[in-house]
Amino acid sequence: MKRRRFEENFFKGIMIFCFLLVASSLGFILFIVVMKGLPALNWAMLTQTPKGGYYLGKEGGILNAIIGSIYLAGGGTLLALILGLPIAFYVGVYSRKSKIADWVRLSLDILWGVPSIVYGAFGFILMLSMGMRASLLGGIITLALLELPIMTRAMDEVIRMVPRDLEQASYALGATRFETAFRVVIRQTLPGIITAILLAFGRGIGDAASVLFTAGYTDRLPGGLLQPVASLPLAVFFQLGTPFPEVQQRAYSAALVLTFIVLIISLGSRWLSNRLSRFAHE
Amino acid sequence: MDAHVQTIDLNAYYGAIPALKNVNLEIPKNQITVIMGPSGCGKTTLLKTINRFLELTDGTRISGKVLIDGEDIYGQGVDVTEIRKKAGLLAQRPYPLPMSIYENVAYGLRIHNMKHGRELDQAVEHHLREAGLWEEVKDRLRSPATGLSIGQQQRLCLARGLAVEPELLLGDEPTSALDPISAQHIEQRLLDLKNEYTIVLVTHILRQAKRLADYVVFMYLGEVVESGPARQVFESPQQERTRAYLEGQF
Repeated sequence: MKRRRFEENFFKGIMIFCFLLVASSLGFILFIVVMKGLPALNWAMLTQTPKGGYYLGKEGGILNAIIGSIYLAGGGTLLALILGLPIAFYVGVYSRKSKIADWVRLSLDILWGVPSIVYGAFGFILMLSMGMRASLLGGIITLALLELPIMTRAMDEVIRMVPRDLEQASYALGATRFETAFRVVIRQTLPGIITAILLAFGRGIGDAASVLFTAGYTDRLPGGLLQPVASLPLAVFFQLGTPFPEVQQRAYSAALVLTFIVLIISLGSRWLSNRLSRFAHE
Repeated sequence: MDAHVQTIDLNAYYGAIPALKNVNLEIPKNQITVIMGPSGCGKTTLLKTINRFLELTDGTRISGKVLIDGEDIYGQGVDVTEIRKKAGLLAQRPYPLPMSIYENVAYGLRIHNMKHGRELDQAVEHHLREAGLWEEVKDRLRSPATGLSIGQQQRLCLARGLAVEPELLLGDEPTSALDPISAQHIEQRLLDLKNEYTIVLVTHILRQAKRLADYVVFMYLGEVVESGPARQVFESPQQERTRAYLEGQF
């Protein structure tokens, strides 16, 4: 009896420890970013593009990078969704156990593990061969490639959790697989699909290496799909690399803005998925 | 006899394991046919061949014919969705679609493009009444169907199935997950509906079979041992194995 109770408490203790470890890491990161970034954060940072002497610690802001990042990650996520949703439904609903589905999953898992700098280099070579310059479009395509496996596998996992009985309830009424997928399965899995989209967006907006060559960097606001754009991760990277403490501090402000964007999107999508899961089975 | 469904030399296999062996049956129109037998005898498998559900399980194979209204439902060029629309299914456990109560009933009508606007509202009400659920849900049609009790959910599934205007109703032990009162509700509905539908019910509850059956099929180890009008089978079974089953020997 004593041994069993000890076991219970021991594993409960480990669980609590793990939770604290994760929660305090999050807390610590947020604390550092806020502590270092907040003092340099001001209205000009959020509403202006860099002025002449910005990288020497003079006036201006990072609006170019904020807007650029939202465009890049938003576009990349949208493109990944357009490609990923049909793939996830294909392997999850149409051919659950087929060889093709296994191969698709394996390919996505390998792609998931590819470092983002490789995506960046790949996108860069592709663009060179097509005679393109670093641009918003190039960045979006590269980010979509980076996000695709994450989003698709996350969606695949939730689609696979759908009880077969639920699909069969739809088939029993004479529904096709398409109707079952896009009218029933999607409703059941919507919260999970939103989480998958968010996961991919978070990965996309935070990635520096893949946009380094493909989207470039500019002090101006995004001018068009074929113009280079700035991004927050690169803003952090460049500013941390300067020898001026004021500019380095602004790197933390940029990081704070980036964290804040991800936070807002997380909370917003959580709220949304709670509302949308009202009809779903537990 | 006016056969609605007919099987001819029907065999079914899970991989190499035979689940149905040379089943030749005629299921009469507008009656309740009860398929009974011990677990694993192939009752549910037989039922699943009638709405082509067996093929949803990997590794299943079928030979022989199943005719509905004289048409071979495994023939070439047969639209499987039309077959399933014709043969409504009431499953063992109710599975409401992840939508509102209203949308659950409207779903089939929408996908088959059968009703729109006010007609749709009327059809939803009609079929909820037919399933004996209308009075309980009329004030919360837009609430999630998953919020209903399991007995109500099963009646909702009945309404949902009836909405696409099937000819046949297949029940795969549709009361086994329900409490006695809810089970009684469903049984009563089936009795009410048999004038308009041909009902095929799988059950392992002998008393339920006796309450509902007009026609009985007794299966054992994938074979049909005996079939015939309920009274005849229950009162003077021709086969020793049927007699033994009815006496509760297995």
